Amino acid sequence: MSVNEAAGTRPRNEAVPGAEPIIVVDSVSKSFGPLQVLHGVSLEIERGTMVAIVGRSGSGKSTLLRCINALEEINGGTIKVCGHMVSMSDRASVKRLRSEVGMVFQSYNLFPHLNVLRNITLALTAVQKKSRADADAIAHKVLGLVGLADKAEAFPEQLSGGQAQRVAIARSLALSPKVLLFDEVTSALDPELTGEVLKVMEDLARDGMTMVLVTHEMAFARRVADIVVFMHQGKVWEAGPPAELFADPKTPELRQFLSSGL
Amino acid sequence: MLSYSFDFSFLLTTWPAFMRGAWQTILLAGTSIAIGFFVALICAIIRSGKNKLASGLVGVYVEVIRNTPLLVQIFIVYFGLPSIGLRMSAETAAVIALVINTGAYGSEIIRAGIESIAKGQLEAAECLGLNKFQVYWHIILIPAVERVYPALSSQFVLLMLSSSITSQISAQELTAEANLIQSETFRSFEVYLIVAAIYLALSVLFRVVLWAIGEVAFVRRRKLRT
Repeated sequence: MSVNEAAGTRPRNEAVPGAEPIIVVDSVSKSFGPLQVLHGVSLEIERGTMVAIVGRSGSGKSTLLRCINALEEINGGTIKVCGHMVSMSDRASVKRLRSEVGMVFQSYNLFPHLNVLRNITLALTAVQKKSRADADAIAHKVLGLVGLADKAEAFPEQLSGGQAQRVAIARSLALSPKVLLFDEVTSALDPELTGEVLKVMEDLARDGMTMVLVTHEMAFARRVADIVVFMHQGKVWEAGPPAELFADPKTPELRQFLSSGL
Repeated sequence: MLSYSFDFSFLLTTWPAFMRGAWQTILLAGTSIAIGFFVALICAIIRSGKNKLASGLVGVYVEVIRNTPLLVQIFIVYFGLPSIGLRMSAETAAVIALVINTGAYGSEIIRAGIESIAKGQLEAAECLGLNKFQVYWHIILIPAVERVYPALSSQFVLLMLSSSITSQISAQELTAEANLIQSETFRSFEVYLIVAAIYLALSVLFRVVLWAIGEVAFVRRRKLRT
């Protein structure tokens, strides 16, 4: 991870020929009681790409992300991550998934009783069984990557929203995941704090991290994402490189969504 | 105006008895708090858990204890249990009754703490790969107890003060000692004023000790002075 070394605009990542996509979502459906949220969603995400999922509230984009990370049980279809089937009922598969996928939430979800350093090292010591010294070293390194090297001893309540979210990203990053999921990570932030979080995400994308984000930041998605997926009524309505998608929407729904200025 | 001349001269000979009583109260209350905390913790875990039957049973225990007088609970343990063959000293009966009592009150306090933990915290911990036990310990139990620790401390100080009721079964503690001294000196006013002052000092002592335990146990409290 050499975020600071990378410079210039990011070349669009090309999928490695012949390699299996890192995430394969196939005909997934999901209902909450009588309410069907996902209607046969299929989506493939290539290694090293940033995929931005956009759409209106209630279009199922956050639910899809939560299904990929086994936070919600799916009712139909299959999800494969890093070649393994995701199943909430299979403990071993969930355990493997947790080691491969990191997730960042809208509400940060930092642990309020632990300082920044311990927030990051908790899983390193408890899950990865690293020594306290190794864990601390990793924590300091990832804090450096998100520009918060001086906040190791601070407690979450002492951080601004933007700082808290960067710590949350660092916390996921520390576990060296193969994929990072971002669930509306800037939606709770003031506009002036959004930039510092997006900057970190852009740096990660430039370094080749595979990222899936649910976002309302259309300008960011347009500029940084490799693929933009537009979800509507629980389906993948349109998907493609942002340049094409934004310039030439094929469906009236996407056209309307883009013109609504979200 | 009634005239009453205070006479504290009996203190010269009875002071050691007061001190013995105070020490006995510290032991009685300290033991009851230590055991009562674990009873409260376990009851809170069961009460907020998924097992409906166990949770219901704990719920009945909590409500019965919170809606009956402590003195009656003490009498049941000390005078009632021997009828079914469980004989014990007054001090043991006192500890058992106080543990049962504070376990019920304490468990409700801790349960409130457990239920105040946001669901997002659990999801974040799960996503980091922590197993169920680790999530429960690191993300639920420790922060929950930290959050309600001030309320818990007050409950424990209250328990120490309530322990004076166990003088009714002649458990050895401060109030029982005072009753004895009073019956020998007939200086009721002075004796109970002194006892009140000693209880006040014990309350301060318990609060200081409980505060110190909190400082050691909870890093955030120490660092942020919250």
